[in-house]
Amino acid sequence: MLNFLKQTPPTAIFGMLVILVTAILAVFAPLIAPYGETQIVGAEYLPWGDGYVLGTDNLGRDMLSRMIFGARNTVGLAILTTAIAFFIGSFLGIFVALKGGWIDQTVGRIVDVLMAVPPLILALILLAILGSSIPNMVAVIAVIYVAPVFRLARAAAMDIAELDFIQAARLRGEGVLWLIRREILPNITSTLLAEFGLRFCFVFLFIAALSFLGLGIQPPTADWGSMVKENASLIAFGDITPLIPAAAIGLVTVAINFVVDWMLHRASGLKD
Amino acid sequence: MSELLTIRGLKIAGRTGAGWNEIVKGVDLDLKRGEVLGLVGESGAGKSTLGLAAMGYCRDGCRITDGSILLNGEDLRIASPRRLRSLRGRSVAYVAQSAAASFNPAHRLIDQFVEGPLQHGTSDRSTAAADAVDLYRQMQLPHPDEIGFRYPHEVSGGQLQRAMTCMAMACRPDLIVFDEPTTALDVTTQIDVLAAIRKIVADYDTAAIYITHDLAVVSQMADRIMVLRHGKVVEVADTATMLSAPQQAYTKSLWAVRSLHRPSRPLPAGAPLIAIDGITAHYGKARALDDVSFSIQKGRTLAVVGESGSGKSTVAKVVTGLLPATGGTVRWKDKPLPPRLEARERGLLRHIQMIYQMPDTALNPRQTIREIVGRPLTFYLGLRGREKEARLRSLMEQIELDPDTYLDRPVTALSGGQKQRIGIARALAAEPEFIICDEVTSSLDQLVAEGILKLLMKLQAELGLTYMFITHDLATVKAIADEVVVMQHGKVVEKGTRDEVFNPPHPPYTELLLSSVPEMDAGWLTRVLEARASGQVPGQAPPR
Repeated sequence: MLNFLKQTPPTAIFGMLVILVTAILAVFAPLIAPYGETQIVGAEYLPWGDGYVLGTDNLGRDMLSRMIFGARNTVGLAILTTAIAFFIGSFLGIFVALKGGWIDQTVGRIVDVLMAVPPLILALILLAILGSSIPNMVAVIAVIYVAPVFRLARAAAMDIAELDFIQAARLRGEGVLWLIRREILPNITSTLLAEFGLRFCFVFLFIAALSFLGLGIQPPTADWGSMVKENASLIAFGDITPLIPAAAIGLVTVAINFVVDWMLHRASGLKD
Repeated sequence: MSELLTIRGLKIAGRTGAGWNEIVKGVDLDLKRGEVLGLVGESGAGKSTLGLAAMGYCRDGCRITDGSILLNGEDLRIASPRRLRSLRGRSVAYVAQSAAASFNPAHRLIDQFVEGPLQHGTSDRSTAAADAVDLYRQMQLPHPDEIGFRYPHEVSGGQLQRAMTCMAMACRPDLIVFDEPTTALDVTTQIDVLAAIRKIVADYDTAAIYITHDLAVVSQMADRIMVLRHGKVVEVADTATMLSAPQQAYTKSLWAVRSLHRPSRPLPAGAPLIAIDGITAHYGKARALDDVSFSIQKGRTLAVVGESGSGKSTVAKVVTGLLPATGGTVRWKDKPLPPRLEARERGLLRHIQMIYQMPDTALNPRQTIREIVGRPLTFYLGLRGREKEARLRSLMEQIELDPDTYLDRPVTALSGGQKQRIGIARALAAEPEFIICDEVTSSLDQLVAEGILKLLMKLQAELGLTYMFITHDLATVKAIADEVVVMQHGKVVEKGTRDEVFNPPHPPYTELLLSSVPEMDAGWLTRVLEARASGQVPGQAPPR
């Protein structure tokens, strides 16, 4: 353990600590938070201290409690969304890399079309059509992020699919599922994992952005993006409270990127 | 003749994980002006590292820890980087194994040629370009006036290797280091490159260090031979002495590898196990196989011989079903084999197994030996638990690897020869009748390769296996084949028993192929070139 700490760069340790704390806050939110998520505890915009560590928000809810519950919603949904995008994207990517031919072309072109539209606009259109609910939002963002994951998985799998051991497995008569899961996936896991960290940040920011625009996580559910929006007017009075959820978004993003960088470095080192 | 290069007590270490591992362990080397020294050894013997050290160069992650390298009396170990830069290319030059990878694909050959002389200020551009044409002519490159204006991808491998040698010659260096210059070439191309290199080195009285693992090649090129093993000199002697009377046991064992031989066996009667009948195959529109027919009897070894592009690997693809034939049939035990892999049943797939050329890519690096060899057992034979374990262990014993040590190792922890054995075990696990061996020894050292060949022969005797052996190496064919098929440009040029194919009369292409295989005899190259010049044997491959 001590050895591990010595070999790991400080940035990665910092990143892991932040992720750990966020995870604990998210999982044990009801136990840690002093008040309920939507509980109105006092007057609006109370200052810091005085029983409310970070004051209260525009409806008189405890800011700190909402920050803690917000970790759960924002980070949790981001993980769920990214996981769905990766599951579909990498499966499809490896599948077309193995099959090639017209399947590859068809799926590739569909993905190209998906990528040609700016993601935020695409999400706004789709959510306007489908109505903004949490399942809809998760589905829409997942579909949008399938595209880059698909392209990465396809490129990585293409390199592997050329190798003789894939041919050996095909000659053995193995099915596509075995080829994907047992032969190719283990060889591109490090690449995908690193990409997962990166995409997670994008999705996380995407959800925050959508919430800020009012199309993401709906009130009264606490979420860091919409908390910035709800309290934005305080900035005019020189109060930095609305920047705290913004800073939390930034901190988690940076922390994850530190860890991803370190993982990428290790993965490339292992290949040598 | 005076001493050109003197290396004394040279030690070079390479970084492995946290520590340093000695690659070259105290080597002494002397080279006179105009002398050619052959460096022979298996991979990992340190011969390339030593060759580069003669230029005062060390690969990344390596460092010279002790000793001296004197070139023309100047110690390269203490020379400044600036001084080394001015020496390299002018006094010492280097010719790498893969010319294709050593040329910059974005520039024409002649532009890369003049770079050296211009950089070192030995001549101006037009003089250097004229010199290039002159050297191209001396190296017997076709169209010497124009070939310099082509890009590397527009020139064949053998021609590139010759152009590379011209480039090394550009500043008329005192010493050229050749690092396996012909290893990647076909035998019929190799002979031209060898002849050209030998001629130009002699004409300009250039000293050379010729690195190779092929003893027959080195005996044509070198005045003296140095055998290296594990970073140490095993033996140094004049070529003639070394060939006729090697002193050390290791040197003798290297010489003995080529003596592997199997007596001819009578052809058994009965229907063939597999019969290929008038097969035609295409890659897109390009025809890869043209009316190929041959058959293999049970328990026999058939070798398919040919150079790169002859279609020998395509035959394997058709037989395995990876590339459905566009014409003709493959018959398995007198029944037509479905052309497409997907249409074949598991029981049929089981009987046709394959062993690959590159053991590094033939095994999934993320799996353990147990997973790799165990999979066919479960997949084809439905073995599980104790039964599977027992079978795994007996398979490991068959390929002569200790099951306790190796079964749970990851593939990445094995050497090339061990990986190839695992490849064989994977094929055997299916309990096949027919195994296709695709260049299985070409990426291995001679001693290791011999071990693999012996193993394959032993398994054939025990299990009655039938082999189709795809190879470009005629020595391997001579050693193990019962029947031989010679292929060129997708057609069968000659087929028959080993004795028929290796003894005259030959079709011209077989003759060319056979006469191009270097022999362990210092006068071989001279003899062949003279014979070809006098028109006794064909000298050039017929054009496509």
